[in-house]
Amino acid sequence: MAKTIERRDVVIVGGGPAGLAAAISAHEAGQTDILVLERDTQLGGILNQCIHNGFGLHTFKEELTGPEYAARYIERAAELGIEYRLGTMVIDISPERLVTAVSSADGITQVEAGAIVLAMGCRERPRGALATPGYRPAGVYSAGTAQRLVNIEGQMPGREVVILGSGDIGLIMARRMTLEGAHVACVAEIMPYSGGLKRNIVQCLDDFGIPLLLSHTVTRVEGRDRVEAVWIAEVDERMQPIAGTEVRYPCDTLMLSVGLLPENELSRDAGVQISPVTRGPVVDQSLQTSVRGVFACGNVLHVHDLVDYVSEEAAAAGANAARFVAQAQAETEADRGIPVVAEGGVRYTVPSFVSPQLMDDRLTVRFRVANVYRDHFVSVYLDDERIQHRKKRVMAPGEMESVVLRRADLLAREGLQRITVKLEEE
Amino acid sequence: MARETRELTCINCPLGCPLTVVLEDGEVISVTGNTCPRGESYGRKEVTNPTRIVTSSVPVDGSASERMVSVKTASDIPKDMIFDVVRALKDVRATAPVAIGDVVLADVCGTGVDIVATKGA
Ligand SMILES: Cc1cc2nc3c(=O)[nH]c(=O)nc-3n(C[C@H](O)[C@H](O)[C@H](O)COP(=O)(O)OP(=O)(O)OC[C@H]3O[C@@H](n4cnc5c(N)ncnc54)[C@H](O)[C@@H]3O)c2cc1C
Ligand code: SF4
Repeated sequence: MAKTIERRDVVIVGGGPAGLAAAISAHEAGQTDILVLERDTQLGGILNQCIHNGFGLHTFKEELTGPEYAARYIERAAELGIEYRLGTMVIDISPERLVTAVSSADGITQVEAGAIVLAMGCRERPRGALATPGYRPAGVYSAGTAQRLVNIEGQMPGREVVILGSGDIGLIMARRMTLEGAHVACVAEIMPYSGGLKRNIVQCLDDFGIPLLLSHTVTRVEGRDRVEAVWIAEVDERMQPIAGTEVRYPCDTLMLSVGLLPENELSRDAGVQISPVTRGPVVDQSLQTSVRGVFACGNVLHVHDLVDYVSEEAAAAGANAARFVAQAQAETEADRGIPVVAEGGVRYTVPSFVSPQLMDDRLTVRFRVANVYRDHFVSVYLDDERIQHRKKRVMAPGEMESVVLRRADLLAREGLQRITVKLEEE
Repeated sequence: MARETRELTCINCPLGCPLTVVLEDGEVISVTGNTCPRGESYGRKEVTNPTRIVTSSVPVDGSASERMVSVKTASDIPKDMIFDVVRALKDVRATAPVAIGDVVLADVCGTGVDIVATKGA
């Protein structure tokens, strides 16, 4: 049984960049009774192990490393006197916003929250994603685990490396391992395009002459106790290995960078509706989930490649959580707003509902596309009327896109039924 | 006159704009595809004098919380010196307390650029 039940206005689950930005903005919006719960021994989330540069150019107009970017937010939170608890893992959230956490210092504690911000980030797709028969020898790492080993523990996972999956962590680790003296034979990607940022392909692979094998996958892992070699084959359009294309790569390490999944077990427990596309909560214009007073932001909502956008989104979630508390739940259960429909190459949008009465003057709607598109237009329709039409030279699944909706536009149309975001050839 | 076209990806920010640089007799005559001025200067520089920021981590002694402290070159170094810089870092250890921005190794490989800490320890 829990020892105590305290009451806090805003409880934030997760102390990564999303949780920190949400806390700071909730505070700046006037709610000072904030508690951040973080299971790790330090704040900053995944940024602590992302020691490469490339963070914050949009926000700070300079290029920071992950720990430096995190430090800016940690310092600001400290200035504001925002309370946080480390080593504290949230294990349950009820639909009534009762948060249950466990820590070795305090045991089980419960906090009744006026509003909750979910900022738990994401985790890597497990190695089950590697559908190869045979043993499970040592030497198979997820790229994120390897990153932690090298950058935080100072240990090298291996010397001769093959990487499966061209997600950003895999690309970053290809360079990191090369700089640390390992040989990276190749990065194999099953899709015909990379899932990572273009800049990472240039800086992490091209700079070092590491081949990126598109439409290739690992078909066999050799070795009983330790990886001895992997076999890589080309795949056809249905992603089936093509007979006769198999090549054997001797190696001691196989790294998997096959995607990230928002971490939403807690959200589900709370009764939060989860999108089958993003695997994150379905949210409205205020980033509120289907459970009132529970907001979501950052990688737990949808996987981001740019931390700047995480901070921006989280600041909105934090301010909205503060507003929710201030309005003392005055809002009615009312309708969830107008649906934002993703069509024609747009896989999903966040948010997926917009209530013009409740939105700010401008609302950023973020989305990802389903394929690589060249010279396509991003269009926004209010019912059947096209109100935005913007040409993009290149769009790819690995890079998040956005459109901005204006409140005035939506309010001007009475009886608006749907907002559509889609790609068009002309 | 020798005209040459190079397709590059701007790496100055994660947007990664596709650039087209046209050279004539080794002189840059145009850069297109960039979204902001940084892209143009990157395009010019990348075909004449490419540079990179190098990041790594080094062991730290005497810290209660950290075994390693992350570091970077305080500014760009020539691209062909990346490995020299990394080699120079092989035997470097930091001593706690370390603050962000502290110089861990001055003037690495005679580049005039310092290696600075990017995390406190
Ligand atoms: C390898 C890698 C490279 C990247 N490179 C770049 C780059 O170059 N440029 C860029 O701009 N962006 C980059 N990104 C993206 C950016 O870093 C992430 O999108 C951002 O860190 C996500 O922030 P977050 O707060 O949502 O999640 P996280 O940073 O994952 O933070 C989530 C936090 O919640 C905590 N938590 C989870 N569950 C619980 C629980 N039950 N109880 C308590 N606490 C919990 C976790 O411990 C963690 O601290 C990169 C990301 C990765 C993984
Ligand atoms: S041109 Fe500007 S916006 Fe485009 S990648 Fe370069 S720095 Fe970023």
